[in-house]
Amino acid sequence: MLNKWKLDTWITLTFGRDQAATCNTAHNKTPMSPHTISLTVNKQAIIVEVDPSETLAQLLRNRLRLTGTKIGCEEAECGACTVLVDDEPILSCVYPAVRAQGRRVLTIEGLAPNPRAGELHPLQEAFVTHGAVQCGFCIPGQIMTAAALLREKPHPTGEDIRKALKDTLCRCAGYPTIERAIQAAAHALRTGEPVPPPTCPPSSEPLYAVGKLHKRPDALEKVTGEAKYTDDLHFPGMLHAKVRRAGVPHAIVQRIDVSKARALPGVAAVLTAEDIPGECNHGLVVYDWPSLIGEGERVRYVGDALAIVAAETPELAEEALALIEVELDPQPVISDPVQARRPDSPKLHENGNLLKHIKVRKGDPAKGFSEADIVLERTYHTATTDHAFLEPECAIARPTEEGRLEVYVGSQIPYADRHQIARVLGWPEERVRVVGQLMGGGFGGKEDIAGQIHAALLAVATGRPVKLLYDRHESLIAHPKRHATQIRVKIGARRDGSLMAVETELYGDTGAYASLGEKVMTRATTHSAGPYEVPHVRADCYAMYTNNPPAGAFRGFGVTQSAFAIESMMDELAERLGMDPVELRRKNALRVGGVTNTGQVLRESVGLLECIEKVEDEMRRRADGDPFEPKTPPHAPHLRRAWGLAVAYKNTGLGGGAPDKARAEVELFEDGTLEARTSSAELGQGLVTVIQLIAAEALSMPPERVRVLVMDTDLTPDGGPTTASRQTYVTGNAVRMAATVLREGMARTLAERYDRPPHEIRFIEGLAHVNGHKVPLGEVARMMKAEGREPRVLYEYWAPETKPLGQGGDMHFAFSFAAQAAEVEVNTLTGEVRVLTVIAATDAGKVINPLGYLGQVEGGVMMGLGNALTEHFILEQGRPFTDRMARYRIPSIVHAPEIISIPVEHVSKDGPYGAKGMGEIVSIPTTPAITNAIYHAVGVRIDRLPVDQEQIALALAARSAR
Amino acid sequence: MQLWRHYHLAQSIPDALRALAEAEGPASIIAGGTDLLLDLEQGRRSPVHTLVDVTRIEAMRVVEIRNASLFVGAAAPLNQIVASPLVAEHAQALNEACALIGGPQVRNAATLGGNVAHALPAADGTIALTALNAQAEIATQNGRRLTPLIDLFLGPGQSALNPQEEMLTGFLLPLRARGEASAFRRVMRPQGVAIAILNMGVWLRREGDRIVKARISVGPSGPTPRRLRATEQALCGRSPTSQVLAEAAQTLLREARFRTSRHRATTTYRQHVAAILLEETLLTAWERAGAG
Ligand SMILES: Cc1cc2nc3c(=O)[nH]c(=O)nc-3n(C[C@H](O)[C@H](O)[C@H](O)COP(=O)(O)OP(=O)(O)OC[C@H]3O[C@@H](n4cnc5c(N)ncnc54)[C@H](O)[C@@H]3O)c2cc1C
Ligand code: FES
Ligand code: FES
Repeated sequence: MLNKWKLDTWITLTFGRDQAATCNTAHNKTPMSPHTISLTVNKQAIIVEVDPSETLAQLLRNRLRLTGTKIGCEEAECGACTVLVDDEPILSCVYPAVRAQGRRVLTIEGLAPNPRAGELHPLQEAFVTHGAVQCGFCIPGQIMTAAALLREKPHPTGEDIRKALKDTLCRCAGYPTIERAIQAAAHALRTGEPVPPPTCPPSSEPLYAVGKLHKRPDALEKVTGEAKYTDDLHFPGMLHAKVRRAGVPHAIVQRIDVSKARALPGVAAVLTAEDIPGECNHGLVVYDWPSLIGEGERVRYVGDALAIVAAETPELAEEALALIEVELDPQPVISDPVQARRPDSPKLHENGNLLKHIKVRKGDPAKGFSEADIVLERTYHTATTDHAFLEPECAIARPTEEGRLEVYVGSQIPYADRHQIARVLGWPEERVRVVGQLMGGGFGGKEDIAGQIHAALLAVATGRPVKLLYDRHESLIAHPKRHATQIRVKIGARRDGSLMAVETELYGDTGAYASLGEKVMTRATTHSAGPYEVPHVRADCYAMYTNNPPAGAFRGFGVTQSAFAIESMMDELAERLGMDPVELRRKNALRVGGVTNTGQVLRESVGLLECIEKVEDEMRRRADGDPFEPKTPPHAPHLRRAWGLAVAYKNTGLGGGAPDKARAEVELFEDGTLEARTSSAELGQGLVTVIQLIAAEALSMPPERVRVLVMDTDLTPDGGPTTASRQTYVTGNAVRMAATVLREGMARTLAERYDRPPHEIRFIEGLAHVNGHKVPLGEVARMMKAEGREPRVLYEYWAPETKPLGQGGDMHFAFSFAAQAAEVEVNTLTGEVRVLTVIAATDAGKVINPLGYLGQVEGGVMMGLGNALTEHFILEQGRPFTDRMARYRIPSIVHAPEIISIPVEHVSKDGPYGAKGMGEIVSIPTTPAITNAIYHAVGVRIDRLPVDQEQIALALAARSAR
Repeated sequence: MQLWRHYHLAQSIPDALRALAEAEGPASIIAGGTDLLLDLEQGRRSPVHTLVDVTRIEAMRVVEIRNASLFVGAAAPLNQIVASPLVAEHAQALNEACALIGGPQVRNAATLGGNVAHALPAADGTIALTALNAQAEIATQNGRRLTPLIDLFLGPGQSALNPQEEMLTGFLLPLRARGEASAFRRVMRPQGVAIAILNMGVWLRREGDRIVKARISVGPSGPTPRRLRATEQALCGRSPTSQVLAEAAQTLLREARFRTSRHRATTTYRQHVAAILLEETLLTAWERAGAG
């Protein structure tokens, strides 16, 4: 962070000629040489005094309050902060504000020709209509970069777009859609015609609202820069917090002395473990994670917090951190789960290092292996990875006049935040209100507590609002990761390909604290024999504590890891059997009537075979000859291309006996609009659109008239955690039921009023048809009120009951399925790998929101691609090496292959309109499809992620030397 | 903590030199800032008192033919270099190297002067300039002088420039004659630090089917950017047949000192890639030289 922005001077901003704004701030202390610069910002001339070390991003965001320009890294890596200076795109996070002297600065807020009149630039419009906007955090940067491109190249090629957006990252990663949106805008700009609509197909059987193309309700504010994320909020008198972290992976705290930090002028509070009024620990399942580590206590990872500071400015808080004296007694580091299980390893928690031994038992594996004609065994390793959501964590806690505390935060589980915050404060939960904010991506990484509790403690201690914003470095160090997992797979099959037995042994690195480790590793284990009917299965998983950063939820929830292992093994088996890998999968694939590894009989909605068929057809249509045979493209003798295929399944919902319920409320207003409310989280995935469409469908009213309110523990009922791909299904059902009950109530009122039986009343496009009358819904709301009935329904939906692991029966109430084929190109000289095409068939039941669906498929595939090729959170004895965005690389548009999405709609009887979860399944088969393709292309088997081009190159070189 | 106290937008070369000399504490030139600001921010470099911004100095932003050489201003943004027809004509390797650095936003700020002065052994612009036999123009209070680029480097991140008295104003490159051409190639790794595993610049003069003169630079192959003179010699007077290329690769492996960098590449892989890059880069330059 190039923070050092200083508000300790009087700043005069002159807007145009007559408006003058004066920003007052605290007193000055360091002699600096401020500069008065004049520039235009969004066509307005301004004169402003800037601090020598202020960046343009800070000037724009903090002082001009143009918060549409986003900060994702402050390392010149992500492009979120892109603005135009004299029409050229630059990174405002590394652009000294002084340098803007005499320049024309254009930000997202000023892009449209007449933004105040609500006009949109064609790029903004195209991003909205094409569904290129997901979480929205990267979008201002994408649009500004694209605007500069189109100015220079009105007729861009795909190559031009990829070059221009090369370093403008999108973690939601709808890169192909972004490219199409830019092309559509280019067309409109060139021709003056309207922006061409997207070509995304609707559901195969669209209903009234569900299954058709709709704009995201929050897309508009996200393309104009109006959308507010937590760091965009500002409260008068707000303090800034920083956390003093241990910086060592394992130690006992000898001494913490905060007296010097407390004495620093401008510091409002410095707190340590001693100052915690309530319980110290937080956690989602196990309360094992101390909010602050006190003297005599154990540090378990580098990110452990020792003290927290709130000060008038972020710089002062930083200064105070440096004044905190800490003595630590270093302890031996446990850096991997296998080591953690050794009896002589130090114990990190009271009960030892084993978080959980998870077992799956089906049939008699010994018998199965003895009856097999062929038995293979191999051990695979997957890497620790980071969510790298583009918006770093931010929390603001604000005491209210009534003695409550409001916490503004982008959180996947607002009610769990409330519970954990209240617990540490020692308050009743109702005294805390969590006001969920727009999130710039989550992917499972915003389920745990980040800065919420620290901000709350400091706000309560000081009585002032406190903002705790992580920079990218802190984000990478502190929050839970994807579990690195070692997976041994032993598989036995008959000569005809029938699977006889699968045995797996997993070691999951859950890091310092449990987080959702047990659940994640359970999913990894139960899915570790793949979506196949296997008569004999034995799986054992050891989820181990180590001194690495905690590991928790991450899109795919453990199944990403085990799918890589089993799907690699299936290809090896096919080769040994001399069988087509697609045929082997088809032969063993789960189908209706099949029994999963945990003994669940699948009674409906198993679209796996159709996914395989669809993908296979498309792959064979595109491949010239056998897709699994290497091809050498013309004029490139050093390149080899081939396809690979993988399949997967993933549960929808919590399952395993956990009560899975959601509450939702709908309310009809006299103006004919409806509001749907639930605390469930919108992290970019598009839940608000899904809720909007489901409510509109249930009431046969236009979706534009449905408002969706989410994530507020005061105003919205508990929708449960946004995890396990459960929201469309569980909260979707709650909304549907609430709307249905409301509809029945409306029908009753109308029936009485018009004296007709309720079943004669029809609801069509926002009007109630009764006895030849067409009554607007707002009118119905009025009638209900007049009768003393509230046009409002709260519904608590309970998903079908599930059974805990080990008891057989239904462990989950629904599964989604997928098959993907990837075509790769391997450079046989350097070992470099490029993914050319991914065909993704997904059975997530009914397609509710086609644009959102496509966004999930593209983003999921890109994340799976990153998991295979670019992402590796490297730890050296518990210390992160990849502690900056420059070292933790996520896929950019240049990595994006052509992505073909094929929806397979095997509706689930109990899902809302037949939908199941889809957020995770789309990401799971991608990695093994890519690594299997690499094997087909060059014969090198990847058993450790991410793919190491060096390993490929050297293996090929050794082979040709032989 | 303030990372710097004073920011000077220099208007001319003498103005910049004066600001450097008169600063009340440590001072540093800032061009694009794409290396410097991150180094300061991330603590790889201690705070300074004054930053002297050279990006407004017109004389340092030009790209032009000057005294039968190509002059590339040290403060010209990389995008301007990539777009320059003169660079494309006379210094293909430089054009290719600059086009590969960062994305367009970084290239709109980053400069060649910064790329060179940062003195990394595998900076792409520097490696290209080395193969092109560039001279660096250095301005001091006592006037300007020319130095072979290769003499500017002392070690990784350490240039021979006196930061408070000297600055790079531009680079002079020989114009391309008939039969001459250059090329630049690199190999990256998709994980970890985005610095080339290996990069290479090749310049050569071709007469008929023979190479009569060659310059080859490679990074990282030691603490500073370097030329591979023995490999150059091994190619002179010969035709780049696969036999000759294989021999040249052997010479290269004896001559270059490749090392293992943690999480990036092993020595073995670098050696492997070096032979591949040599063939690819050299043949590209060879084809270009033949085309006129
Ligand atoms: C996202 C990203 C990607 C990058 N990719 C690449 C890449 O692919 N290849 C690559 O080689 N580099 C890369 N870089 C590194 C860097 O941006 C370049 O090396 C750039 O050319 C540095 O130029 P600058 O003008 O920004 O230098 P600055 O940061 O301004 O300065 C760097 C150093 O040079 C000194 N200096 C600058 N100008 C002068 C001068 N005229 N005289 C004397 N000293 C001077 C400064 O004092 C400082 O010490 C990348 C950087 C980022 C952020
Ligand atoms: S915030 Fe500027 S590049 Fe990421
Ligand atoms: S929409 Fe690009 S990061 Fe979310």
